[in-house]
Amino acid sequence: MRIALVGNPNSGKTTLFNNLTGTNQYIGNWPGVTVEKKEGKVKNYKNISVIDLPGIYSLSPYSLEEVISRNYIINEKPDVLINIVDGSNLERNLYLTTQLIETGVPVVIAINMMDVIEKNKDVIKSQQIAKLLNCPVIEITALKSQGSNELIDAAIKVNQAKYDYQPVTWYSLEIENVIGKISLLIKDLVSKEKLRWYSIKVFEKDESVLKELNLDLSEELLKEISVIEAKLDDDSESLISTERYKFIGKFVDKVYLKNKIVAQSISEKIDRVLTNKYLGLPIFAVIIFLVYYLSISTVGGFLTDYVNDVIFGDGGLPDIIGGWLSSINSPIWLEGVLIDGVIGGVGAVLGFLPQMFVLFLLLGILEESGYMARIAFILDRIFRRFGLSGKAFIPMLISTGCAIPGVMAARTIEEENNRKMMIVTTTFMPCGAKLPIIALIAGAMFRGSSIQWLIAPSAYLLGIGAIIVSSIILKKFKAFAGDAAPFIMELPDYHMPRVKGLSFHVYHKLKSFVKKAGTIILFASVIIWFLSSYSWRLEMVDTELSILASIGKLIEFAFVPIGFGDWKAAVATFTGLIAKENVVSTFGVLYGFAEVSESGMEIWNLLNVDFTPLSAYSFLVFNLICAPCFAAMGAIKREMGSRKWTLFAIGFQTGLAYILALMFYRLGLLFSGTFNFFSIIAIVFLIGFAYLLFRPNPYLKKI
Amino acid sequence: MLIMESLDKVKMNSEVIIIKVNGEKAIKRRLMDMGMIPGTKVFVRKYAPLGDPIEIMVRGTEITLRKMDALNILTEPVSAG
Repeated sequence: MRIALVGNPNSGKTTLFNNLTGTNQYIGNWPGVTVEKKEGKVKNYKNISVIDLPGIYSLSPYSLEEVISRNYIINEKPDVLINIVDGSNLERNLYLTTQLIETGVPVVIAINMMDVIEKNKDVIKSQQIAKLLNCPVIEITALKSQGSNELIDAAIKVNQAKYDYQPVTWYSLEIENVIGKISLLIKDLVSKEKLRWYSIKVFEKDESVLKELNLDLSEELLKEISVIEAKLDDDSESLISTERYKFIGKFVDKVYLKNKIVAQSISEKIDRVLTNKYLGLPIFAVIIFLVYYLSISTVGGFLTDYVNDVIFGDGGLPDIIGGWLSSINSPIWLEGVLIDGVIGGVGAVLGFLPQMFVLFLLLGILEESGYMARIAFILDRIFRRFGLSGKAFIPMLISTGCAIPGVMAARTIEEENNRKMMIVTTTFMPCGAKLPIIALIAGAMFRGSSIQWLIAPSAYLLGIGAIIVSSIILKKFKAFAGDAAPFIMELPDYHMPRVKGLSFHVYHKLKSFVKKAGTIILFASVIIWFLSSYSWRLEMVDTELSILASIGKLIEFAFVPIGFGDWKAAVATFTGLIAKENVVSTFGVLYGFAEVSESGMEIWNLLNVDFTPLSAYSFLVFNLICAPCFAAMGAIKREMGSRKWTLFAIGFQTGLAYILALMFYRLGLLFSGTFNFFSIIAIVFLIGFAYLLFRPNPYLKKI
Repeated sequence: MLIMESLDKVKMNSEVIIIKVNGEKAIKRRLMDMGMIPGTKVFVRKYAPLGDPIEIMVRGTEITLRKMDALNILTEPVSAG
């Protein structure tokens, strides 16, 4: 037996899905979190599977989510639909219910958020709704896992009952008349239980249905439809919408008794401040500043320093293990692989765990509370200027934690070209795993300099800037041309972030981070240690004579134009493709992070030999903008659903990174009087770049 | 006399009734699916700090939309009816 969960965005489907299946899927308080259908088995019922469909307002075929859900319900024929209905927003949620009932699949209605209803002293007469719509209604509170068992029981019962579909009719007589005629016409083309749905869709002149049935409507029928359209002054599709709402409007006041006292909701009061005309933008700036200030500079930074200095520093793990190893007379290579390879590589990464923890926690609070949707509201006007929607900020913000959910969050952007553009560009935001790179460059090259504190903020600005500049440029090409994405969005009620939800959020993200450190990065560190410690003859040699050095020297030429034509940096950049943490862990292994940290921050001095501040920043620019890690590339491929677009994304990211780094480095060198062949190339790029940026948009529609 | 006004021109903190929804298919459908059908009351809550988009209250839900989309919604003041 297969049950599909259907409901409005942000109505609690995923919470219910987690309850039913005992899994922990990602939940956020902004519409559109579930972006693809997910399947799981119901706890204690091995033979029942549940499918979590994306949140939709309707079964119209205009948005990606609607198409996914509609195709699933119509073509894959689930046995039962559980329609999750937000009790505090009954009217609009039931609009979808009427459409679901029309699909002919048995529907069980789950009225969610009963706790809120009860708290507001509202009353919902669910048995009356059941009678009116002719399907079982169960009251649940998904957040507190209440009502799940009753829901499954009801679904089983509906499935076992010999289901005889008796359509409830709720359209006006004249419309029902025409629908009846259409039914007669197509009754041999579709199955009995789907007849009603197809008939209504034909009345709506739904293009995909007409095509599917290969149906040419007779003159006579078309005329009948157009007579009604003329009389009621709207197209047939809109008439159906209107009549559905009218039908619901007739009874909603009788089944949903609202307690009028809660006139001004708490959310409204909060919004008086947070989206205030004058305070809205400054508060937004302060909140974002605090998120990064707390996670990177203060709390997170303090904890990270502690881990690096105490655990992996002098007298810490490296010394303890080193001492133990020499006491048992272990071979030198074992000491090398453990201290330089494992502790040097993995330790360089794990040290950043506290910063990640604070960052994920704060981002989680923003997501859970409902503030994300407000950010879109506040910023839309600014983003539209660059051809984006306010929703673009959501993937960007999430990408600062990790690019994978960031890329996935791009799906909230409805218009396809804009969504593609966001998928390509959102990885420019420095993700959590890129923080160590920023910290390393800031610490090593700009320590004590008056601009040291600027390095981290500049990395975020660089990310935002790269996204905006890319958007402006890409918009002027045919493949990305198009109007600014439409922006019609629900602003969900605020709610206190729950400890349970937040801890899931943070725990799962940190877990995958630690797991990565313990697996891929550990493995890569050991390989790099091996390649950097042995020669082709498998003799232990100095790093400069190692296998890795000889490979690195083959590719370092490619990085000469952008300032870090040193084989170590070249190798680090490549290992970053496996995971961005590898960039620093590779430096850790190559420069002997574990050993030098005994005598302080010697690695910084070592870096100073191979880098200038200019080339180090160029290294940072390249590594922040270039292709993300393989896992994020995988996410890009999933979201694009196309090899061609994935390759474009990776090519664009890496190409842009190279050009930006080249311009930055070579133009920077001009100030110190170095002018050569590459300076000319940089200037040519700069002119080309400016042209692409400022040329008029040939695809801009005139208004 | 009826004073028809598109929703993007309605003043903050005032309530209007939708007379008609126009616009291109997808946008019209989205607006109506979210409950903005003729006869519906809409309360214009506020404008975003930069003047656009607007925030409206429809059927108990806060919805934000741009002025260029709100342009498709024709309204009249509640009192006029």
